Amino acid sequence: MPDIDLATSSVRDLNAALHALTPKNNGDKLSNETLWRVINPGGKHAIAAGLDFPARIEIEGPVGYYCAGMNKKGSVIVHGNAGTGVAENMMSGEVRVKGDASQSAGATGVGGLLVIEGNASARCGISMKGIDIVVKGSIGPMSAFMAQAGNLVVLGGAGENLGDSIYEARLWVRGPVKSLGADCIEKEPTGEERALLADVLGRAGINGEARPEEFRLYGSARTLYHFHIDNAGAY
Amino acid sequence: MCGIVGLFLKNKVLAPQLGALTAQMLQVMSERGPDSAGFAVYGMGAPGTVKLTLRADEETAAHLAIAFAGRFSIPAELTRRGSHAVLVVPDMLETEVRFWLQAEHPGIHLVGSGRRMELYKDVGLPGDVAARFGLDVMTGTHAIGHTRMATESSVTTDGAHPFSTGLDQCLVHNGSLSNHNAVRRMLRHEGLSFETENDSEVAAGYLTWRMREGASLKQALTDSLDALDGFYTFVVGTESGFAVMRDPIACKPAIMAETADYVAFGSEYRALAMLPDIEKARLFEPEPAKVYVWEH
Repeated sequence: MPDIDLATSSVRDLNAALHALTPKNNGDKLSNETLWRVINPGGKHAIAAGLDFPARIEIEGPVGYYCAGMNKKGSVIVHGNAGTGVAENMMSGEVRVKGDASQSAGATGVGGLLVIEGNASARCGISMKGIDIVVKGSIGPMSAFMAQAGNLVVLGGAGENLGDSIYEARLWVRGPVKSLGADCIEKEPTGEERALLADVLGRAGINGEARPEEFRLYGSARTLYHFHIDNAGAY
Repeated sequence: MCGIVGLFLKNKVLAPQLGALTAQMLQVMSERGPDSAGFAVYGMGAPGTVKLTLRADEETAAHLAIAFAGRFSIPAELTRRGSHAVLVVPDMLETEVRFWLQAEHPGIHLVGSGRRMELYKDVGLPGDVAARFGLDVMTGTHAIGHTRMATESSVTTDGAHPFSTGLDQCLVHNGSLSNHNAVRRMLRHEGLSFETENDSEVAAGYLTWRMREGASLKQALTDSLDALDGFYTFVVGTESGFAVMRDPIACKPAIMAETADYVAFGSEYRALAMLPDIEKARLFEPEPAKVYVWEH
């Protein structure tokens, strides 16, 4: 199991080593090099960004911007807080933050699962495109702005302007929502949608802490999809 | 981009380390602002005196002490630090000294003034700027620093932050203001003067004007939400206080750490990582359009 100390080696070296992990030189079976431990991250940026291999990276402390950005297949666990844009543009795999996450967590994520065990701040899930995001605490203002697909599941509450200009993502919030953004409305979930939520909660390891029927669903009213002549004055 | 750091001590035990901690924080923020840096340190002040932080070339500064003693018949209490010097003057002479400097020493630039505040800024990498002024050995109760990546005006010492437009008041800014020309015109009508074309100086001037009109620091910052258009995270220092405010969409990053001993501000967590007991601190991001004030 490689141990990387970021007090003595650079993030660039760490990421280069992680990027060198390819199915070609490792085969598909798990070897020792699929478990990495990173110590003294010190809030540095872009730690474990660009993974494209089913390795598990345990980071022992707080990380800076874009941790596990663009992640594909990898599993990244942050034992601390995460800065702006954790798991931004994730394609697949799983990212788990044990502490709080700063703004734009999971931004533009296409797939995979992001679990934040603490709170997430502003713009959580902005422009999400299929990622599933589960936040055990609360999320900040302007979350899921222009969200396109995927599930944002929040066990706590949401800040102002949730889901502004949303396309088709599902926003599940258990606690209070300060306000909804333009074109975001509460919706009655179908049985199928509840089952989807149950699946996401199960994958996030949330069993017993929250039941699917406790969440309210918010989504798009679909009135902003096309230009409407009555809105011409607003441009 | 720009980086901001701030450290407000609640426990005097840390006072001897104020400069050293601020220097480390500033150094980490180099990547956010490598072109210039500056900082204000609130140290000790003697009752009945005001500290004038001046910038002058070496020759002018060397002659200043003698000229001052000759003109005012008291010895000059002058401390040189790099390209700056701090001149301590009795309250009753302050206005006279200011006019004298302006009239007789046009090569000397008044950077800031305060009962306790000293203000240093220069172009160059933040670590180098801090070293030039000896920030690591400065002591005090609170300090604010800035690393600049210029966007709205040129890379000059005058364009570096913090900006001070009033006694013991200083402001650092991360962001850009879009209506600063109009606000500057309005403030000039109100009698304020500006040294640069910089947008952040206008923000500092706006707060000075509001407080001159009787507003508290908190009220002045609240008023600025309507008056200033653009992106901003502000950190403001006063003789006894420290305030933080972000614009209504929290465009620019900010993170704070609070322990029993201090409140610290950083544009990024990295800038706080070396602070004592940081792992036990309460970490939080200031909410958009909310004014946070700490005072001694």
